[in-house]
Amino acid sequence: MIKHKFNLTYRRFNSKSILISWPNLIDNDVLFDVLSFKKSINLSNKPLLEVINAYCSLLVIYNLTIDNIYNEIEALKSLYLQKNIHVFESRIIWKIPVCYDDYYGIDLGNISKKINIKKDKIIQLHYQNTYKVCFLGFLPGFLYLSNLNKKLYFPRKFQPDLNIIKGSVGIGGNQTGVYPSNSPGGWNIIGNSPIDFVDKRNLDKISFASPGDSIKFYPIDIEEHNYILNNLNTYTIESEVSND
Amino acid sequence: MIKIIKPGLYSTIQDKGRLGIQSYGVPYSGSMDSFSSDLANKILNNSEDAAVIEITMVGPVLEFNDETVISITGANLSPLLNNKIIKMYEPVIIKANDLLSFGGLKSGLRTYIAILGGFKTEKVYGSRSMFKNFTKHFKLNVNDILTFNNNILFKSSKITLTKVLDIDKQIVAYKGPEYDMLNSNQKEFISSNIFKISNNYNRMAIQLSDLLVNNLKPIITSIVMPGTVQLTPAGSLIILMKDCQTTGGYPRILQVEEKSINSLAQLKKDSKFSFSLKI
Repeated sequence: MIKHKFNLTYRRFNSKSILISWPNLIDNDVLFDVLSFKKSINLSNKPLLEVINAYCSLLVIYNLTIDNIYNEIEALKSLYLQKNIHVFESRIIWKIPVCYDDYYGIDLGNISKKINIKKDKIIQLHYQNTYKVCFLGFLPGFLYLSNLNKKLYFPRKFQPDLNIIKGSVGIGGNQTGVYPSNSPGGWNIIGNSPIDFVDKRNLDKISFASPGDSIKFYPIDIEEHNYILNNLNTYTIESEVSND
Repeated sequence: MIKIIKPGLYSTIQDKGRLGIQSYGVPYSGSMDSFSSDLANKILNNSEDAAVIEITMVGPVLEFNDETVISITGANLSPLLNNKIIKMYEPVIIKANDLLSFGGLKSGLRTYIAILGGFKTEKVYGSRSMFKNFTKHFKLNVNDILTFNNNILFKSSKITLTKVLDIDKQIVAYKGPEYDMLNSNQKEFISSNIFKISNNYNRMAIQLSDLLVNNLKPIITSIVMPGTVQLTPAGSLIILMKDCQTTGGYPRILQVEEKSINSLAQLKKDSKFSFSLKI
């Protein structure tokens, strides 16, 4: 795999953390480099609480106050430039059932009218693509996904809905995602996934998905949606390993 | 056990919060003024992650069914035991059937009650801090029952209190990742203006009354944490607090230091403060 080297900036975020920034882009090469550096830092035996990534940045949170910020930044810089940097890799594709029935896809009609694409075609364009999990945020278990088909870009609602139900699959601007819990939100809802995006029993893996994994949606009908919803205790999320 | 006779305005169980799992989108939570809640636990020789009650502005009425020892710190809400005034910042012996209540708010905003051994509410992801959709309740309600361990022997602590309620009107902050996107007028405003807390504040964020002329565009969604000061497109400043989300799309112009977050947690509507930038 190609190793990308970017011009990074390092700065103190607060007394215990350092923010590392890549060029301000939502881009696969940038994300891949972010996740590779994240892996290197996690394997470096530094006394860290956590390393968090977003699209084009890393927040390195230490257990204690950083006494000498310049030394610590130098250490991170040299870690980035090391030749034997760990290369991030994830081949896992999670298969997420979504019911795109009008009952759940309350905004499908409106989107269809505005972008002049039939509902069936919108649904197909949505489940046809494979999405990349860039990071988690907003709500526990909410996955920021990239690779939404450009034809489906659709602006957020001017006035957010006060209660979007758990499992709602939405489109907001150039993003798509699933609300893991009931929440206010401004995205347009096109369907609903019956599965749990947060595992409250498992402290080590609150979400099944990690940054870098892929997500593929597949359509189910209302009966299947109900069936999964009623059997969540025994439901296992399907996954496959990609060959490329 | 303890019965909640009245819950107060907004009383929650808090501890150190959920650290180290923010990459799953889990909020930090935990005591808003961790200085005061730590102190309440220290007075009782509790471990520092013992759960406390955080009270906001209007106190609860609690009925104790067992003996124990408590301590009260933070905002002075005129605590009363069986209708008699009791002291804050020292151990208070509780007997069965005692009634703890509160009077008027004399200083600060948030009061903490620690109990010997800590409150034993449910733990979710390693923390008892109440949070919507996580814990069964997100605040204390009338008739709720709280349990604690009444088999702990109280050993008086030898801490000397140098400072009690720590409200500094100089809020210390680092420059945020997008600080340099501000023009010189905006920077000058940030470091010289006296800011005022609006009536829009809670455990997630504090919005300031003052508006800043703003032409900054939203940023690509990125990482935030308690203490992050965001500048919205409408020009208002929002200081994120303990229950904030882990990511946000507004420019992050400042990052408030941990100690100053404790001070902010004690400032109510219309309180004034200024920012002191740390290089």
